[in-house]
Order: sequence, then structure tokens, then C-alpha cells
Amino acid sequence: MFGYTFQWNQALARLPKMLDGAAVTMEVAVLSMLIGIALAVLLTLLRLSGSRPLKAIATTWVEIARNTPALFQIYMAHFGVASFGIHFSPFTSLLIGITFNNAGYLAENFRGALKAIPDTQTRAGRSLGMSQLQAFRYIILPQMLRIAFLPMTNQMVWAVLMTSLGVTVGMNTDLYGVTQDLNALTFRTFELFAIAAVIFYIITKIITLGARLIASRLFRY
Amino acid sequence: MFHTALTSADLIFLAKGAGMTILVTAISVFIGTLLGIVFGVLRGQLGPIWFAPVTFVLDIFRSVPLLIQLVLANAFVGMVLRLHISGLTVACMVLSLYTAAYCTEIVRGGIHAVPATTRRAARSLGMSWLQDMRYIVLPLATRIALPSWIGLALGVMKDSALVYVVQVTELLKSTQILITRLQEPLFLLLICGAFYFIISFPLARFGGYLEKRWSND
Amino acid sequence: MIEIQNVHKSFGQLEVLKGIDLTVQKGEVVTVIGGSGSGKSTLLTCINGLEPIDKGRILVDGTEVHAKSTNLNKLRQKIGIVFQQWNAFPHLTVLENVTLAPRKVLGMGKAEAEAIAEKQLKHVGLGEKLSTYPTRLSGGQQQRMAIARALAMSPDYMLFDEVTSALDPQLVGEVLETLKMLAEEGMTMICVTHEMAFARDVSDRVAYFHKGIMAEIGVPEQLFNDPQHPETRKFLASVR
Repeated sequence: MFGYTFQWNQALARLPKMLDGAAVTMEVAVLSMLIGIALAVLLTLLRLSGSRPLKAIATTWVEIARNTPALFQIYMAHFGVASFGIHFSPFTSLLIGITFNNAGYLAENFRGALKAIPDTQTRAGRSLGMSQLQAFRYIILPQMLRIAFLPMTNQMVWAVLMTSLGVTVGMNTDLYGVTQDLNALTFRTFELFAIAAVIFYIITKIITLGARLIASRLFRY
Repeated sequence: MFHTALTSADLIFLAKGAGMTILVTAISVFIGTLLGIVFGVLRGQLGPIWFAPVTFVLDIFRSVPLLIQLVLANAFVGMVLRLHISGLTVACMVLSLYTAAYCTEIVRGGIHAVPATTRRAARSLGMSWLQDMRYIVLPLATRIALPSWIGLALGVMKDSALVYVVQVTELLKSTQILITRLQEPLFLLLICGAFYFIISFPLARFGGYLEKRWSND
Repeated sequence: MIEIQNVHKSFGQLEVLKGIDLTVQKGEVVTVIGGSGSGKSTLLTCINGLEPIDKGRILVDGTEVHAKSTNLNKLRQKIGIVFQQWNAFPHLTVLENVTLAPRKVLGMGKAEAEAIAEKQLKHVGLGEKLSTYPTRLSGGQQQRMAIARALAMSPDYMLFDEVTSALDPQLVGEVLETLKMLAEEGMTMICVTHEMAFARDVSDRVAYFHKGIMAEIGVPEQLFNDPQHPETRKFLASVR
């Protein structure tokens, strides 16, 4: 039917290399999420603070992260900062770019989640002698993370998908980068990228299902 | 004084890139939205089980990097089918389906948010299915869906930065070409980023405003 | 001892407290009654410093609540407050709700905090509910948990802000019983309430608030049977 002979075996022989790439992809995604969540909590605190300049910094971060392409953010982390004589490795640039993006989107999710928590919760904490920060840490934060859990799962999926952009700054150890390099060797473009697509698909399904499992164990109320 | 090697010809080059970004986005969002509405309504009619195969296929577009979708589509069209189709067409096809995948969910959510009792009331007044859809579901579901749809359209615009991979020179690719030639990465990237931001930020704010206003009443 | 001296408080244009003077001795139970908007609830949140005041001062054991130098977090440890809305922490079990502040604020160890929490929860009749999440409890049970949560900090004073107003009528009794028990044990309490029978039963003194002014204060027999102020008479007639 097609004038093209699929050669899956040739591509499948490269599977171990691609799985190594998938491990790097996961490494970047997980790191970018962990740091991203921490930064998003910080941004949320800055936005809650009374200080105008701190609020402005946080808002600027969030709006740039949400209103420019992720690829642009990765370019900035690589080519942009090079103007200041800072040269990051592709891995670092990719990680910074995705983390910046994650933090911005997550901070916005957190803001939405905070709206669902009544002010009286903080008040109750304060009346028990807690400081503002203690009330946030022990009463607001856990509830906020719970409400924002689904958006956080989605962001994790996006973080995985975004790792594919690393190739634009010369990354060649992640799943997309490895696939691209193998393609240059074998020219089995369709087969190789189809396999990569399947691996990405499986990763995202594992994340979604895993998150559901964690949620059911973690949130019993 | 700030000095740049950027010429007016380069600015036109960038503007062309920006035009391409808008063109690809507009076509894809238009087709993708139509498909999304069809799929979303069909899903409501057929029920989740009969619609499952379509849900599965659409889910793939949300679970595989767009970059890979584009490469695969390009390879399939060029290497397997041996068709000579422009990169722009491939880009629009992929982005349309990508949009449709997200839009289906938005439409489904919008329809789902219309209370069953409201729809029963409409039907009990003697309205046909089409009348119910036209006069009851459409206006109510639009209110729910529009803010998310604006977000989706802006998302597609930002994601259209990836169509460079099928040889479409949109804004970010044009910027990169100029960076290679002029060696002024920061300045050029800032121009490029500002363009996206100026389009995206007000529309995103507008979407947020609609969401707030419509959720209050 | 809680000393409230000439306290004024406004929300924007609205002056809700117009010069309140009230001293509550150690071991005393004072209930505050009055119509809505009389400022009685605001007074409680001023006493533990949740609300700033515009004029006057409030002293708790000689410490001025609204002085800049006062460590409010420290001060609040000895003033427990329970609100109309019980504000259970939904992500924590009943036991964790009660141990949280002793552990994080007082720096108590887990075992010690749990022992105290268990004791207080048993005290308010929730000994069987330790590992339940508050959303599974009735309003009355949640409110009793909130009382135990405040008591676990071993406060010297307890403030109750209309703690039964948001409850279904059949749940009011169990919470009032708990308050009565505390009063009998000698806890110093200020209760803002709409429950006249309760006020009459447990109070050493009853204060009537009207439009930001303490119109009248006296022992229950006198205030309920022989009110001096015309507004008090009107109010009592309306609730009877």
C-alpha cells in the first residue's frame, strides 16, 4: 500500500538507549517540579505579603511564565543569559526554563486554591498563638496543595512534554534528544519518533494514574 | 547609547514571522474549535463508552510532545505517503487536532455544567433537541467555556512556536535566525517575547475577567 | 485579670465599640448579651488582639494587648477563643487538630501533646473520635473539638463567641453542657451568647451591650429580674 517499508526492528534495537533518554527526561521533569513547587509557594507568599515591590516581582514572574512560549523561556535561559556572559549547559538551561514555567503556572493555581480556603482558617490558627508563617505552613499550605493537586498533576505532565524542547538548546541526552541523534544515524524517522511517542504516552499515563493513587492515599478527608 | 545592528529589513523579517505565528494560530484554532464542538456534542450524545475510541485518540494529542507530533506527521506525509505537502499545511493539521483535543474537553465541560433540570424544563416546554441546544445549552455552556477557550487559543499561539520543526518560519524561528546573524540574543529575544506578551496578556486578563464576572451571578 | 478600659473601635465609618469598660476577675464567668451589631463579638476579637483598637486599652494580667512591644503570639497562648464558626482544620484528624498548636507553638513532644489532647477530647466527650476527620463530625461535635483545641493550650482565659449560633437546635445543648462544665471547674470565661437560660445559669455577671455601649452589667438575678436600663428591658422582653 505504501511505497515505504517500515523497519521497526532496526528502530526497536535502539530502545535501551531511548529508555536511558526517558530516564533523563524524568529526571529533568521531576527536578523542575520539585523546585517549581517550592518556588511557586514562595511566589504565593510574596503575593500575599503586603510589600508592593515583592508583589510586583512575583506577578511579573507569573505573567511572563504564562504569557510567553515555554520555548522562549528556555531560549532566554540559554541564549538570553549568554549576553551577560553566563553560559549554562543545555541540561541546566532546560531545567531553568521548565522550572520557571512550572513555578509561574503553579503559583497561579495556588492562588486559585487559596480562594477556596476561608480566611477564618488563618484566624483560627492565629488565635491559637501561631505566627502568620506558622498558620500558613501548618494550616493553609496543606489544604492549598490538596486543592491544587489535580492542576499540579497536569503541570507534571506538561513538564515531561516540555523536556522535548531541550533539543533546541543542544540537549541530546533526554528522550527527544536521543531519538533525534538516532534519527541522524539511521534515518528511520517515523519509526523512532513513533516509539518515542509511545514512551511519552506511557510516562504521562503512569503520572496520571500514580497521582490518583497518591491522592487516594494522601487525602483521606 | 544603545546600539544595535538591527535594520528595518530585519524588522520586516520579524514582522513576517509574527504574521506567520498569527496565521498558523488562527487557522488551527478555527478548525480545532469546530472539531472540538462537534466532538464535544457527539460525546454528550453518544455517551462516554461509545465515544471512548475518539477520546483515546484525542488523548494522545495531549500526552505526546507537540514537537514529536509535528515530526511524525511530517515524516508520515513525506516519507510514507510521499506527498508533497507544505510544512504550513502539516503544521496547521497537527495544531488543529491538538486544539480539537483540548477543545473537546472544554465543550464537554461546558455542556456538562448546564444543569440537567434546566434542560428537562426546556424539553418539557416542547422544545426539540436542536432548540434546547440552540437556546438553552449554547448560551449557558458558552459562558462556562469561553474563559477556558481563550486560554486554549493563547496556549495554541504559544505552542505554535514549535512549528519551526516542519520548516515554518514563525516568530521565534525568525528571531533565532536573526540571533545567529546579528549575535544580539538578549535584545532580539526581548522583542520576540514582548510580542507574545502583548497579545497574550490582555486576552488572558480578559478571560480571567469574564470568568470572574460570570461566576458571580 | 482582664481589664478593658475605654475601648473604641470602628470599621470604616461604623463605630462598633464606643468606650467599653469592663474588668473580669480570675475565675469569673461573664456573659455578654445584646442584639446583633451591638459590638459584643468584636470585643472578644479585640481582647486577643485579632482586631486592633482605635482608643483605650486592654490589659491581660497587666500586659497591654495592643502595645507594640507585646508578643501577641505569646499572649494568645493564655487566651483561648472559640468562634461561632468552629473552623476545624479539615486536613487534620480530630487528634491532630488538637495537638497541632501545642506541638508547633509550645514545642511540645508528640507523645506529651497527644496525652493532653486525648484528655481534653475525652473531657468534651470526643474520646471515641480521635482519628476521625472533622468533616465526618456533626456541627456540635466539631464545636466541642474546637473547644478542646483551645483548652489544649492550657489557657488562663476562654472567650466564647456565640459558639452555639451556627448549630442546629438539637445540637446546642451538648455544647452548652461543655461550657457549663468548664465554668464549674473554675475557668475564667467571657461568653457572648444568645442563650438566655445559659447566661442566667452559669454567669457570675451578665453584661448587656447596646449599639457599642455596655448599657448595663450585673449579677444574673438582678439583670434578668430587675433590669435598670430601658434598652435592657426592651431587649429582654423581645427574647422572652
